[in-house]
Amino acid sequence: MRRDYSSRSVKITALSPAPESSTIPGVKAAPFDYVRAEDEAQALELLDQHGAEAKLIAGGQSLVPMMAMRLVRPALLIDINRLAGLKTVQHEADRVRMGAGRRQRDVELDAELGARLPLVTKGLCLVGHIQTRNRGTVGGSLVHGDPSAELPLAALVLGATLHLRGKAGERSVEAAEFFLGPMFTAVGETECLSAIDWPVWRGARLGSAFDEISIRHGDFAMASAACQLALDDAGVCRRASLGLGGVGGTPLAFPELAAQLVGQRINAEAAREVANAAAKGCDPGDDIHASAPYRRHLAALLAERVLRRAADCAATDGVIQ
Amino acid sequence: MNSEAKRAAVRIEVNGRLYHRLVEPRLTLADFLREELGLTGTHLGCEHGVCGACSVLLDGDPVRSCCIFAVQADGSAVTTVEGLAPARGELSPLQDAFCEKHALQCGYCTPGMLVACHALVQNTPHPTAAQVREAISGNLCRCTGYQQIVDAVLHATGQGAEESHG
Repeated sequence: MRRDYSSRSVKITALSPAPESSTIPGVKAAPFDYVRAEDEAQALELLDQHGAEAKLIAGGQSLVPMMAMRLVRPALLIDINRLAGLKTVQHEADRVRMGAGRRQRDVELDAELGARLPLVTKGLCLVGHIQTRNRGTVGGSLVHGDPSAELPLAALVLGATLHLRGKAGERSVEAAEFFLGPMFTAVGETECLSAIDWPVWRGARLGSAFDEISIRHGDFAMASAACQLALDDAGVCRRASLGLGGVGGTPLAFPELAAQLVGQRINAEAAREVANAAAKGCDPGDDIHASAPYRRHLAALLAERVLRRAADCAATDGVIQ
Repeated sequence: MNSEAKRAAVRIEVNGRLYHRLVEPRLTLADFLREELGLTGTHLGCEHGVCGACSVLLDGDPVRSCCIFAVQADGSAVTTVEGLAPARGELSPLQDAFCEKHALQCGYCTPGMLVACHALVQNTPHPTAAQVREAISGNLCRCTGYQQIVDAVLHATGQGAEESHG
């Protein structure tokens, strides 16, 4: 199946003058009503009442540009930025439960999270720029579901669990079932992503690596790769996870290929073999910035690179508590 | 459509002064600063979060004012490029270094660059060239004068500019 990822050219087309003239100079978004939610219950109640007409806004770093281009025109904007309950971080033995409204920059600068979820921190450093990470939230990036975004790839590679809440109740969705297509996730119209459970790998030498190729630093990746490995004291791989971004309609994980690495030492040859197989298994799109064959080439190169880097990282400084 | 969207009252502190205004929810913080307060130092380039020209400090952190609605900044403190100088008619050390090192050509990106660099220096008083580049990576300069901007920040923070080359 060939998909069109030329979102950038779509956006440029959408920049032509808006059909209706606005009354205030410089205003770009279509008119909307605004409610700053006092608590989560109010936000969910409003979502339930207004359905597709309403939109939650957290960091707004994707939503506000889309509103400015009038690609999205919610009648009601429900601001969840000040809901403290969505910003908590709870450390547990084998996971971190993170509120979806946690700012990306706060997570990036958190040393404890860096030690327990190194792949998340490494991915975050590649998300946009400091100005956007100061506003953007972890949950916002996940529900936006851009196939080349870093946090969805990290969630998939680590096997995160996403907790969704609606007026009617709660449900949990595994990352592998969460990303359904470009900008399309399992979140229902009247649901809010409330928290993310990030699994913490324990009891082994841990190595992780995240890398991507983009035109400029902070741009959306033409291709990206993420890997986490656990080695035993003898340097033999005991657990492995590998994923690719930007080369399909969703981020892609390769559990069967990663399982081939378990029980062996990860040398250059093993890394290349798995990386090439992963690249063969993806179906990248063409756009003005990169052809499909070039994206597949990048996928193979990046997959090999993150496998080797993660193995080096595990061998040198991978001991975690 | 609800073309008569309800206006909202906002109280926003800008450069140390508190402003009360009634605004349409769709008014961006950038347009609030420029159109409502006349603070046209904050520039608008792309108006969709790519160029960084509209960078301001929101409660001390650099953000893009075109990607925040003014209603969202209610109760917050904003610093624009007009608020960086210590007093009227004076320049901050960074602004002075931008002049000294010719860190601007057309000047369009300069307010955003200054705000981004100001935020960097507040948290990292002696940044390396790599840290300066990271701090301004979200700010486009189409005159492509990045090298002089890096030089200026290093000059203002007491490091030789030569180490930023190569």
